[in-house]
Amino acid sequence: MRKLLLLVGALLAVHVALLFVRPSGALEPPSSEGLDVGIVFDVGGRGDKSFNDGAYLGAMRAADSLGARVRFIEPGEGSDREAGLRLLAAEGMDLVVGVGFIFTDDLTLLAKEYPNVRFAGVDLAVANDAAGNPITPPANLAALKFREEEGSFLVGALAALLSRETRVGERAYRPTTRVGFVGGMDIPLIHKFEAGYRAGVRHVCPECTVVAQYAGVTPEAFRNPGRGKELALSQYQSGVNVIFHASGSTGLGVFEAARATGKLAVGVDADQYAEAPGHILTSMVKGVDAAVYDAIARAKAGTFRGGIQQFGLKEQGVGYVYDANNRALIPDALRARVEALRDSIVAGAIRVPAERES
Amino acid sequence: MPVTQPPAIRLAGVRKTFGPVVANRDASLEVAAGEIHALVGENGAGKSTLMRVLAGMYGPDAGTVQVAPQGAGALRDVTGWTTAEAIAAGVGMVHQHFMLVPTLTVAENVVLGQELTKGLQLDRARAEAEVRALSQKTGLQVAADRPVSELSVGEAQRVEILKVLYRGARILILDEPTAVLSPPEVRELWTVLRGLAAQGGTVVLITHKLDEVVDISDTITVMRAGTTVERIRTADTTPQAIARAMVGRDVALALDVMGAGDELHAERVERRAASVEGGAVAEAAPARGRDSTLDARRSALEVTGLTVAGARRPNEVDGVSFSVAPGEILGIAGVEGNGQTELLEALAGLARPTAGRIALAGADVTALGVRARADAGLSHIPEDRHRRGLVLDWSIADNLVLGLQHRFSAGARLDGRRIDENARRLVREFDIRPADPSLPARALSGGNQQKIVIAREMTGRDYHVLLAAQPTRGVDVGAIEFIHDQLRRARAAGKAIVLVSADLAEILALADRVAVMYRGRFATVLPRREASAERLGPYMTGAAGAEPAA
Amino acid sequence: MSDATAGATAAERADRRRTLLEEAVLPPLVALAIALVVGDLLILTFGQSPGAVFAMLLEGTWANAYGFGQVLYKATSLTFTGLAFAIGARAGLFNIGAESQLAAGGFAAAVAGLALGGAPAILAVPVCIAAAAVGGGAVGAVPGVLKARFGASEVIVTIMLNFVVLALLNYVIAAHLHVPETLHTPEIAAGVPRLADLSDAFRGSAANAILLLALAAAAAAWWYLFRTRPGFELRAVGLQPDAAEYGGVDVGRVWVRAMALSGAVAGLGGLNYVLGYKHYYEEGFAAGSGFLGVAVALVGRNHPLGIVIAALLFATLSQGGLAVNALVPKQMVEVLQAVVILAVVTSVPEVRRVLRAALRPAAKPAKAAA
Repeated sequence: MRKLLLLVGALLAVHVALLFVRPSGALEPPSSEGLDVGIVFDVGGRGDKSFNDGAYLGAMRAADSLGARVRFIEPGEGSDREAGLRLLAAEGMDLVVGVGFIFTDDLTLLAKEYPNVRFAGVDLAVANDAAGNPITPPANLAALKFREEEGSFLVGALAALLSRETRVGERAYRPTTRVGFVGGMDIPLIHKFEAGYRAGVRHVCPECTVVAQYAGVTPEAFRNPGRGKELALSQYQSGVNVIFHASGSTGLGVFEAARATGKLAVGVDADQYAEAPGHILTSMVKGVDAAVYDAIARAKAGTFRGGIQQFGLKEQGVGYVYDANNRALIPDALRARVEALRDSIVAGAIRVPAERES
Repeated sequence: MPVTQPPAIRLAGVRKTFGPVVANRDASLEVAAGEIHALVGENGAGKSTLMRVLAGMYGPDAGTVQVAPQGAGALRDVTGWTTAEAIAAGVGMVHQHFMLVPTLTVAENVVLGQELTKGLQLDRARAEAEVRALSQKTGLQVAADRPVSELSVGEAQRVEILKVLYRGARILILDEPTAVLSPPEVRELWTVLRGLAAQGGTVVLITHKLDEVVDISDTITVMRAGTTVERIRTADTTPQAIARAMVGRDVALALDVMGAGDELHAERVERRAASVEGGAVAEAAPARGRDSTLDARRSALEVTGLTVAGARRPNEVDGVSFSVAPGEILGIAGVEGNGQTELLEALAGLARPTAGRIALAGADVTALGVRARADAGLSHIPEDRHRRGLVLDWSIADNLVLGLQHRFSAGARLDGRRIDENARRLVREFDIRPADPSLPARALSGGNQQKIVIAREMTGRDYHVLLAAQPTRGVDVGAIEFIHDQLRRARAAGKAIVLVSADLAEILALADRVAVMYRGRFATVLPRREASAERLGPYMTGAAGAEPAA
Repeated sequence: MSDATAGATAAERADRRRTLLEEAVLPPLVALAIALVVGDLLILTFGQSPGAVFAMLLEGTWANAYGFGQVLYKATSLTFTGLAFAIGARAGLFNIGAESQLAAGGFAAAVAGLALGGAPAILAVPVCIAAAAVGGGAVGAVPGVLKARFGASEVIVTIMLNFVVLALLNYVIAAHLHVPETLHTPEIAAGVPRLADLSDAFRGSAANAILLLALAAAAAAWWYLFRTRPGFELRAVGLQPDAAEYGGVDVGRVWVRAMALSGAVAGLGGLNYVLGYKHYYEEGFAAGSGFLGVAVALVGRNHPLGIVIAALLFATLSQGGLAVNALVPKQMVEVLQAVVILAVVTSVPEVRRVLRAALRPAAKPAKAAA
């Protein structure tokens, strides 16, 4: 027992000594000067190579070019989401961003409670009132919403056109009129992707059919590469040449299946080419970084406003990747056709549905 | 007579503590080469600890350990050595609890740890040959190629000794080696040990059975409370003197006198019982194991055709029938593992019989559970008090109501005040030490632990039948006396008692009738008057005794 | 002579009490001290100052009303799950299913609340509490029955049930009960007062009156375990099933009862969120508090008082982790929790015994072999 007491004493002495160590470069807590931005990530957290990383990139860009001081919090599930937002709001941040639709309730609550703090919610869900009109969020809460259906429309068109080619890049394919879609969790947000994708496919190829499947009904469906691979393999084996996934890290399984069968997949949210080089036809990118950067810039410029902010093709909030990596996969004629479609959408000549036909 | 041989072992001033418990204080031991030395003392006197210090399992806190390597030549200071070093110097210990791998053969167990290999493979043939040779040389007869799981306890012990000898032990330490042996097996062991000593080996034997000490040893060291109190030549002392040294006061040595076959004393015991009990013994005597002659109305416990399925044999208990009258002690002797444990567990309701009927005071209790049987008047001193009889981490007070908890509660609430009162009263009446009811049972000596069980079982309920399994195992001499006294009083008060003991002397000292259990059946049932170690021995080993007709 | 004996006994008794106290208090202290030093080193590897980080941690937890409220909120859930584990452990059972039992309790409470509609609180709150206990208890009883009947290891069964029950609940929510665009049920009318209703200082903190229920549960668990006959029998089964059987206890029945009770207490933990905080069941709200409950119980040495204290400690670490998240990744706090657990597990003998018992091959039910 004496020995244990001594041990406690010694450990505490070491602890107290270490408390005074102050390494160079240690971060200072936020101060009143400059623009302070707090960001609370969704469950996946940083390093998801998609959604959260997009928000991180946008914030870091704002830090570099606008001098914003950014703090990040990665809560777990449940009550910590509100606690994380609240912690930042209570510190008097100029802008607090919640990354993910899951923050909807918490942000709405806090925006009312802290009228002097600006809030922004990426993918914030906006409920409809009894008459079917969207309920506008409070004036200090911006709903950063994306017209995923527009980007999905373009990759849908591209996928349908490419499926009828006999040769893509170096590889030969049997032309088909079936194109694939793998969704993550079966919820309206993902239905938007599917709806736009279907519309894009049908627009360029009325006789084409879309095979659409979802990985599940729980958030786990966004983190289940095994299930993704299983779904994708069965689609590829049924003759599909291109699959578009909107399923978080479940999509890594889709890429794995593409690699295994030598077929093609379309990434989502961020440029996912590096996940399976040569097999990623393109990615439907969501400009989370742009939206977050935009919100921070507006906060700095004093032009921040609440309400719904849509980021579509026109605002360059969504799009598809066409660069040195996948240029070889996409024939110029197809590229021109898709670009024409983009212009039509931006001009309002084509209206892309955001909901599945029921 | 001075010790003529040079000493092979010398321990001086050894102190060893475990936390607050002092196991050895200033303990010493000197053993001459080539002698058989008995280390005696009550349970908890520190014998095993001292021997473990010698064998290198513990390092002493103070004191010195000197050993003559290979049991010959000059003493060398080896204080604080390891078991490996001890084995290399020819010191080996056979423990009370066997450390054998049941699925391996005898030879494999013996060579385990220093396997003879042929390439990467075990050279089984050579191992068996070597073990066989060693077995012949020492007289430790056991088949080298049989799996240990098939061996009897006595054979398993021989394997343990072979293991130690195979590693070249010239100084052999045996911890309570006879606890599990039948009388013939004990005699065989003595022969082996004498042979070893004659070949220059040195033997230290831990025991608390005084008849064994007198039988086998050349010299004796007596320990009490962690200290060496006496060192004597066996020839110069008597069992009474040894017992006095062990306990520190005079003790009635019923056991040893009985064990020596004092028929007069036996008769006296029986007469006393008869005078107190009237007809019970007279009735029991002609019974001869068949209950037909007993008046069923008068039997407190009646068992018919009891069969319990088992793991080692198809039936651990194989159609046993008997009855016990009020005021009678039925002793069940036999080598352990012949179904006694299962029989008593079935009687207590802990094991479910596959066939048969159990009646308590005429009422069929076969279908009842443990508590219902207890409430019907059955008390049970279980064989293994550490596993069954006590919750070791609980206080004395709580242990004194184990199985009686429903009698010490009001509704769901335990009546703490009554539990405390009960504990204070029983601690006083049964002289449980230390006399602090809040102490955990684990902290008590074996004898005092057993007193908790006995106090509870013999006062906690109004019982007719008492099952007493190995009631004095691991209990010191003083407590043995107390426990035997309690059993006799219970008999005098008209209780029917079933006494199971591996200690034949104990059975002969207490029982009115003696049954010998062999392979799940009663090999014989004799009235005490006709029973003796010589007569019962063959039944215990299966050498005699027709299976009783069904 | 007798005086001398009594004197020695009294001195010994005092001695033993001191030893017991030291044994109870010192190992957790050592564990905490080790965790602090490991935490310092971790913080240094992230290039931050330990002093600043720990100051921030305290500031975000005990130093302001909101942070303290959050600590209380988290401690409430952990007290329930810690008690749940301890009740099982006292019966010799290793219940790793508190996560799903808590979720089932919360779900049952939410469903009851929805069914009751706008019934007055005096009726709705007790019904929701009862529903939570029944929901959690039902999930807890399953492994108890399977162990008593078939000797199935409760460790395996509770782990597997976590997957089954959580997936099932998620399915029901996603398919039938959720509000569109969310993962939760509609709000229920029933609720208990929040701490914020008492004082504005606690504004926003999730702490609520279920806290009192947790304390009551701890007191009740203590009374049940140490002052009642069923508790006596439960502890006997936990320490030495053979001795309990000998003492006339139906070991299998005690297993079932202990698991059901354990599950019921875990189920009550679901109320903290459903009745006290958000007023709806949301997928994933358990957020690992069921698993953390195991650690809480081990550090609290399976004693209700110890569990309340350990729950506060772990709640502080968890809330503090959020507060310092800007300086160090939250995984640091998880590492700290792990260090506390490891240090306690290795230094407390009775915890080692519980673990050994759990790792031992599944014990056969009392009378299965006839």
